[in-house]
Amino acid sequence: MINVYDILETIRMIQDDCLDIRTITMGISLLDCIDSDIDKACEKVYNKITSKAKDLVKVGEQIEKELGIPIINKRISVTPIAIVSAACKCSPVKFAYAMDRAAKDVGVNLIGGYSALVPKGFSDGDIELIKSIPEALANTERVCSSVNIGSTKTGINLDAVKMMGGIIRECAETTVDQACFGAAKLVVFCNAVEDNPFMAGAFHGVGEPECMINVGVSGPGVVRAALRKYPDADITAISDVIKEISYKITRVGQLVGTIASERLGVPFGIVDLSLAPTPAVGDSVAHILEEIGLEKCGTHGTTACLALLNDAVKKGGVMACSRIGGLSGAFIPVSEDAGMIDAAKSGALCIEKLEAMTAVCSVGLDMIVVPGDTPADTLSAIIADEAAIGMVNSKTTAVRIIPAIGKQVGEELDWGGLFGCGPVMPLKKESPSKFINRGGQIPAPLHSLKN
Amino acid sequence: MRAVVTVIGKDTVGILAKVSTKCAELNANVEEVTQSVLQELFAMIMVVDISKLKGDFAQLSDSLTALGEELGVKVHVMHEDIFNCMHHI
Repeated sequence: MINVYDILETIRMIQDDCLDIRTITMGISLLDCIDSDIDKACEKVYNKITSKAKDLVKVGEQIEKELGIPIINKRISVTPIAIVSAACKCSPVKFAYAMDRAAKDVGVNLIGGYSALVPKGFSDGDIELIKSIPEALANTERVCSSVNIGSTKTGINLDAVKMMGGIIRECAETTVDQACFGAAKLVVFCNAVEDNPFMAGAFHGVGEPECMINVGVSGPGVVRAALRKYPDADITAISDVIKEISYKITRVGQLVGTIASERLGVPFGIVDLSLAPTPAVGDSVAHILEEIGLEKCGTHGTTACLALLNDAVKKGGVMACSRIGGLSGAFIPVSEDAGMIDAAKSGALCIEKLEAMTAVCSVGLDMIVVPGDTPADTLSAIIADEAAIGMVNSKTTAVRIIPAIGKQVGEELDWGGLFGCGPVMPLKKESPSKFINRGGQIPAPLHSLKN
Repeated sequence: MRAVVTVIGKDTVGILAKVSTKCAELNANVEEVTQSVLQELFAMIMVVDISKLKGDFAQLSDSLTALGEELGVKVHVMHEDIFNCMHHI
């Protein structure tokens, strides 16, 4: 029987503490759309996306209404376009337009998969795709792009790292009128995962089935509210509280995914166990860390608190659902988290600390705004550092960094909505150019003699 | 198949009557009612059978939410599954 206290707790979690399902993402394979004629291929891509996902938004809204829980985003991820477009032997930018049109017609707010996987080198199609990213992101509204430049098994493709520094700058430069938003739709990965439902880095890996539903949960506000009830508990008890509440959050993700998969007639893939913040008041991962006992996120102790949070979220979530995957962990996108924005503005949170934090939590340097005059080689070196953390620690890391063209430290970029606003964060001035321009491959790390 | 209707807010005369009348109109059978003051809130929780509902879930939800606005209370209509999944292993 349903207990009165349980009912009120659930309602409070949704109404007061911003519990929501962050995204239902439909992964669609485009392998059968390959054609040497780019126009034919694009038509197949458009038709496939719009037929598979025609009911995605409607079903999402139905579930939202029935369960009384907001499902913030309905999204689509597709097979990395570099694979689909390789046979065309030309710039694949038309695929981006087809994806954008399909996304608008089915009503999803973002579509991911304008991607290339180049951890060990480039095929001709990969090069064409990477070169077309700035044009594709500047001329589309909903398309997201990602490039995987390294992995634990292959090492890091330093040529790709070098290339991506320039591409990020170009993305920002071509979208200055949209507050450099192009760069916010591009993620550079090490150890990219094939079933990630979160944007901008979602793509539908070639090892995935024809079509699949993946769900990303959220709820930093709920975790913080739960911790607030235990101001004096020791840190083991804090970990247990996070586990319990994560279990409850993740169960809802499992339920939503199961219902969506049934109604859409598409297999249910994974739940991504994540704490994804939004700029809304009470929906911040930084505030959880502060609730644990830091005066400001970014101070000494932040990495330890985040490691505990990230681990407890997974432990709680694992039992709540049948299959987990994606990026699973706490996200720390600076511009999308009210507490991170404050901490960065106050100077407590710097890029070096964020880098350390990414070694113990989900993903990486995310939604960080840097000075507009940052050289491409410096951006490449930031990518290389972050990829090295991922490669050595066998985890996914990513860089989504936005050069604020024409702006300096002390100013900010504001996109509004879920993307929030980010203060320009200072970087080192010394040049890493010689290292970046060496090119080649950083060899894969040794997996014994661990220290 | 059941839904949980919660009414939270300031007590006024006739809330229970008006909410259950609306449920009856849509053929949602009231199975259980709990009413109490909890954590400084007046809270009424109704469990209703929705298997023979007239219209769809959205209609029930929309009309009860609108009624709540008229009465100055907050009404939520949620499928029982969300509570069962969250609080039972």
